[in-house]
Amino acid sequence: MMRVAWLILRKDLTVEVRSREIAYTTLFFAVSCVLVFAFALVREGRGPEDGAAGILWIAVMFAGNLALGRTFERERQSETLRALLLAPASRPAVYVGKLLGILVLLFGTELLLVPLVALLFQARLLAHPFWLIAIMTTGTVGFAAVGTLFAAMLVRARSRDVLLPVLLYPITVPVIIAGVRGTATLLQPELETGIIRFWFALLVTFDVVFVTLALWTFEAVMTD
Amino acid sequence: MPKWFTPVAVMCGAMLAASPLVIASADYESTMGLVQKIFYYHMPSAWMFLIAAMVCGVASIRFLATGDPRHDRTALAAGELLVVFGLITLVTGPLWARKAWGTFWIWDARTTSSLVSWMIGCAYLILRRYGGPGSEKLAAALALFGMANVPFIYISVNYWRTIHPATTVVPKLPFTMGFPLWFCVTTFALLFVVLLKLRVRVEEQQAQVDALYLSLDER
Repeated sequence: MMRVAWLILRKDLTVEVRSREIAYTTLFFAVSCVLVFAFALVREGRGPEDGAAGILWIAVMFAGNLALGRTFERERQSETLRALLLAPASRPAVYVGKLLGILVLLFGTELLLVPLVALLFQARLLAHPFWLIAIMTTGTVGFAAVGTLFAAMLVRARSRDVLLPVLLYPITVPVIIAGVRGTATLLQPELETGIIRFWFALLVTFDVVFVTLALWTFEAVMTD
Repeated sequence: MPKWFTPVAVMCGAMLAASPLVIASADYESTMGLVQKIFYYHMPSAWMFLIAAMVCGVASIRFLATGDPRHDRTALAAGELLVVFGLITLVTGPLWARKAWGTFWIWDARTTSSLVSWMIGCAYLILRRYGGPGSEKLAAALALFGMANVPFIYISVNYWRTIHPATTVVPKLPFTMGFPLWFCVTTFALLFVVLLKLRVRVEEQQAQVDALYLSLDER
């Protein structure tokens, strides 16, 4: 199974490296998003207290929505998703492969977003790199796990572009709360390890539950 | 229609018509006065909201597991009732809260998880309505994810609010469980059953009509 997932990931990355379409559009959109927030909220060089955490996560989720939509739109246009599903590979492996592809894209976007938000909002985001990586990773995995399943399901639905965010955001509310609150805790002058541990544990549990559910559901919904 | 349906529907109608009189006869609550009477509609509809969510979730899981369209029809009917009863709950709640707590909305665990569940219910109906053919399975998966989501929302909001407690102290609600309350709960439960049955029936007949059209085309 891991071999199939790895092959799908490699295929997605090869396609992406050749065109760079999704990477460029996602990155540019994420940066524009942060700029809009900077224009709206920064007064006299300073953003609102804790604002950086929220803006970082909003940018990640908006950009993630765009990346998810585009990734599966590409598969739909050339009918390759059908080919993938017809291939003698297990459905969960296909799901894991697509999920890994999305994660690579989102982590790449975050690598740019974190310093940008830290700079524009003068936030001490990089003060605790270990916890920041932990919260960003688990939060992104949770968001992408649900997002990959829904985006794959919606490939055959009408008005899929509009439906993806409509379905995705209400379901990922716990990721938003835990991600934003967890990141905001990192911005405090003194790190409260108990609080950050709680948010981290919540995100890990969310990831485990929703990846498991998605692996089971993917098989059921992608079979005609 | 099954035999029990007509008597239950009649009884439900009569109880619904009588409920304002029963509520009017209830005692005034000492501090909140008249506004507290919203409670007699608020709580039963909140319970039906919860029950509708559970029926929709369980029926969706069974539909995903078996592929039997009967479960799908039940899930759709329950999904619509979820949105209706959820709307009643979310409108009556803030009206009462304004008087009881001094504010329309507080971000506590129960209100937030209700709001998000209601939004997931709306997303479910939007998907069913605009998703096109084949969206039943997607909607079932959404319902399953929505159910799994509720404990996470509850825990996260609860913790978030405990770290940052609201400045106004939320008073404990008085809980006088009298005859009017249980009268209204029974009324709403009957209403739920009647509406669910009717809605499933409409879907069944729709499926029959579709099947007839298809068999005509084949000839």
